[in-house]
Amino acid sequence: MKAKEFALKLGLTEQEYGTIEKGLGREPNENELGMFSVMWSEHCSYKNTRRELRKFPTTGPAVLVKAGEENAGVVDAGDGLALAYKIESHNHPSAVEPFQGAATGVGGILRDIFTMGARPVAFMDSLRFGRPEAKGEAGKRTRSLIHGVVSGISHYGNCVGVPTVGGELVFDPAYEGNPLVNVFCLGTLRHDQIRRGAAKGVGNPVFYVGAKTGRDGLAGAAFASRDLTEESKADRPAVQVGDPFVGKLLFEACLELYARPDLVVGVQDMGAAGLTCSTCETASRGGSGIEIELDRVPQRETGMTPYEILLSESQERMLIIVHKGREKELKEIFAKWGLDAAEIGYVTETGKVVVKAGGKVVADVPARLLADDAPVYEREAKVPAQLAEKQKLDLKKILPAQPKVKEDLLKLAASPATGSRRWVWNQYDHMVGLRTVGKPGSDAAVLRIEKPGGGWVHVAMTLDGNGRWCAQDPREGSKALVAEACRNLACAGAVPLGLTDNLNYGNPHDPEIFWQLREGVEGMADACRFFDLPVTGGNVSLYNQSPAGPIHPTPVVGVVGKVEDGVRLVPGVFGKGGGAILLLGTQESGGLGASLYLQEIHGVLVGKLGKVDLAMEKKLHVLMRGVLKLTGVRSVHDVGEGGILWALAEMTFGEDSAGAEVTFASGQGERPEEALFGEGAGRILVEVEEETVAMVEQLAKEAGVGCHRIGKSGGANLQITCGSVKECWGVRELRKLFTESLPKALEG
Amino acid sequence: MRFAVIQFPGSNCDQDCVHALQVLGQEARLVWHQETKIDPEEGVILPGGFSYGDYLRCGAIARFSPIMPAVKAAAERGQVVVGICNGFQILCEAGLLPGALTRNEGLHFRCEKAYLRVETPASRFTSHYVTGETLTIPIAHGEGCYRASPEILQELEAQQRVLFRYCNVEGQVVPEANPNGSSHNIAGICNAQRNVLGMMPHPERCCEVEMGGTDGRGILLGAAGIGRKI
Repeated sequence: MKAKEFALKLGLTEQEYGTIEKGLGREPNENELGMFSVMWSEHCSYKNTRRELRKFPTTGPAVLVKAGEENAGVVDAGDGLALAYKIESHNHPSAVEPFQGAATGVGGILRDIFTMGARPVAFMDSLRFGRPEAKGEAGKRTRSLIHGVVSGISHYGNCVGVPTVGGELVFDPAYEGNPLVNVFCLGTLRHDQIRRGAAKGVGNPVFYVGAKTGRDGLAGAAFASRDLTEESKADRPAVQVGDPFVGKLLFEACLELYARPDLVVGVQDMGAAGLTCSTCETASRGGSGIEIELDRVPQRETGMTPYEILLSESQERMLIIVHKGREKELKEIFAKWGLDAAEIGYVTETGKVVVKAGGKVVADVPARLLADDAPVYEREAKVPAQLAEKQKLDLKKILPAQPKVKEDLLKLAASPATGSRRWVWNQYDHMVGLRTVGKPGSDAAVLRIEKPGGGWVHVAMTLDGNGRWCAQDPREGSKALVAEACRNLACAGAVPLGLTDNLNYGNPHDPEIFWQLREGVEGMADACRFFDLPVTGGNVSLYNQSPAGPIHPTPVVGVVGKVEDGVRLVPGVFGKGGGAILLLGTQESGGLGASLYLQEIHGVLVGKLGKVDLAMEKKLHVLMRGVLKLTGVRSVHDVGEGGILWALAEMTFGEDSAGAEVTFASGQGERPEEALFGEGAGRILVEVEEETVAMVEQLAKEAGVGCHRIGKSGGANLQITCGSVKECWGVRELRKLFTESLPKALEG
Repeated sequence: MRFAVIQFPGSNCDQDCVHALQVLGQEARLVWHQETKIDPEEGVILPGGFSYGDYLRCGAIARFSPIMPAVKAAAERGQVVVGICNGFQILCEAGLLPGALTRNEGLHFRCEKAYLRVETPASRFTSHYVTGETLTIPIAHGEGCYRASPEILQELEAQQRVLFRYCNVEGQVVPEANPNGSSHNIAGICNAQRNVLGMMPHPERCCEVEMGGTDGRGILLGAAGIGRKI
């Protein structure tokens, strides 16, 4: 086959082929084309999105390692402590092989974190599927995907001994043909332990460590940069197979290696595009070159071609460059952990990645050309034709003449969309490491981290996405997400330090999809700037569409923060009762546009979320952190999906939670359903002791934030009065529905 | 007292055990599985995790580790040996405790708090408690279903070697409170000499208020030979 034909077959464009030929000054061979096809895929090069990603704010006083510099961003948490964190998607692999797809997603993000020199201390996952209760084949397939993904995460995460401490699980028909599996990992390290992925020092040896190379995951990055189709099952060999046991040994061995002073020059994990990516990126960062001999690469299959070895995405492998003369120390450490460590090459001054097999050159490519000079495209963007129509909201046509709030809440409680996620997190070891404070299922997860000099720093983190909000208004939806994530941290008394994003969208060649992406990025960037929140990197996952159509535009944000000194952490559920319930923030419901309520109860996705008042939101977060320093605060929960009524219901779902009696007014000309189920931002529910009420009111007044006493906790019922609506539910009954809905949908 | 916490490749509660013992004022050192010596005055902890990836069978490969003859010798000398979770599985595979731990009846990995009924204070591990006391201690395992022959179960019961059983919050040992299908709701047993304990729940995870409870303290302090303060 001619080189150009082969290039096109690999998914490179004619124009890209031309650039490669020009860059090399000759016709590329098949190995080289294979390397370019993965390095210039969207997954590795961000060629379709790079212009957009530049819009994010990426700097700030806390940033130690910026977006795009290394495998993960790093921020300062004070006391010499730093946090390395990142989110990564494994959507396509999970769609065709859910167990291994999800497991290797966990393994991949784990490597990104310990590559930075950090000890991984927590995972979170953001998962999206179709409806598990759907009838027929669709429901069956969704249920099997959910089982596969959850057990894949559990398999890998539990075995490596890193707790999975929270996340989100969303069911929406929009993800039926293309589930989303986004995995977040947090690691901790001292400032002086940060590692770089640069190959420096001519003559320094380049080591390959970890698992052996096989034929699994061939060109997985290229597979992830295509639409999912009926034929995608044929791409199953593009899905890697994970071995968490080796993953655990590998990170312990690497951490032991890093602890030796002045031994390691650079480290890079072999993830997407394996050996190709790790060699050209380290060389490019170091302004150097690398020469390797493939015959020295540990292989678990015989007869592998150079092409296969270069493009394999076998898991649990790293590239490590050490100072010349220190080879023995590295070998000893990896021998102790029972892992392969092969010296496969050395650093050169040529600026090229030279690959040999059997002593003969099989690829010779400028490192920069491969790693950094991928083309950047400006894609066409167009407002979706149907958008204006979709955003119209005529409640009169949807809601019944007489509100049926009693029934509505029972339906909501019984829906797997809102039900308890215990079925999921019970399968994850969320405690190992003795850092997890509280249980999963709160607004934010909190970890205690040992300070370099002793004592603890408390760190909070959250993952948030909302495809419904973003489908109806990608810009405001993304803003609302960032606001919600920061609000979740505020409920744990934490100041946000940094954000990592996973941009999940459809095919960027469709101008309407690209418009969603651009709006999403700009909305998120605006909100981040407003909250002084640097974006320290993340992941872009495009081509999330199946024959049934594209997914909802679904940016997912992971935000990490530091719990302020003096904050007392409180649960998100009521205790024994007898507390006053205060609503902090705005009294406006935000209306029912794009709400969970309309989708779950009335089966429609229409309208859009109310505009987010970022200025008020910021003040609310400051107030919340201040309130958590008072004595007498019993529980806190933010108002999000399902609105204030669902938030109140959730507060009664603790094991021994009391009920509540609450009264509040609906807005002028507003339906009670809007007041009860509207998802507008900027609201937090706080339960405090009677003696604390006045102090909270005072703080709120000083902060210029609303504080309204809406009721009290206690009794065995949840009672609400809202305008003409007066309803009452037994807490036990609601809790039973809430607890059973998910297991019932998944296990029958 | 000083403890040797054995580190197998794939152990992942080793550091947690060290931390918990230190919180309780005890000394602890990590001992790599390829070492062969345990001091005669040390206690031994086999921590939780996935030794050797739990491939083949949980604990099946770990029992061949170079350190295991020393663990056996320590047990025979009467030194304290505690196997937690994967450590319990290893003790069974190594023959230091009878029976075996198989896949949870519900097939899923389960990480949650469990209620344990203390069956007898007659062991150093339970000396801090009274019979019938209910402890809250988390579990985190996929293969914690205790199985043994009827003869062995009878012997364990007759010799009061079942130290902990899964129970409900009221302390009743009922089938619904059994998280994994273990025979006789067994959560922890000891050997006939009462110096070797194996239990699936994790006492090291509940020695500090911030971690959600302190019911595990008594077990580890008891193992260290420290009696209950009255």
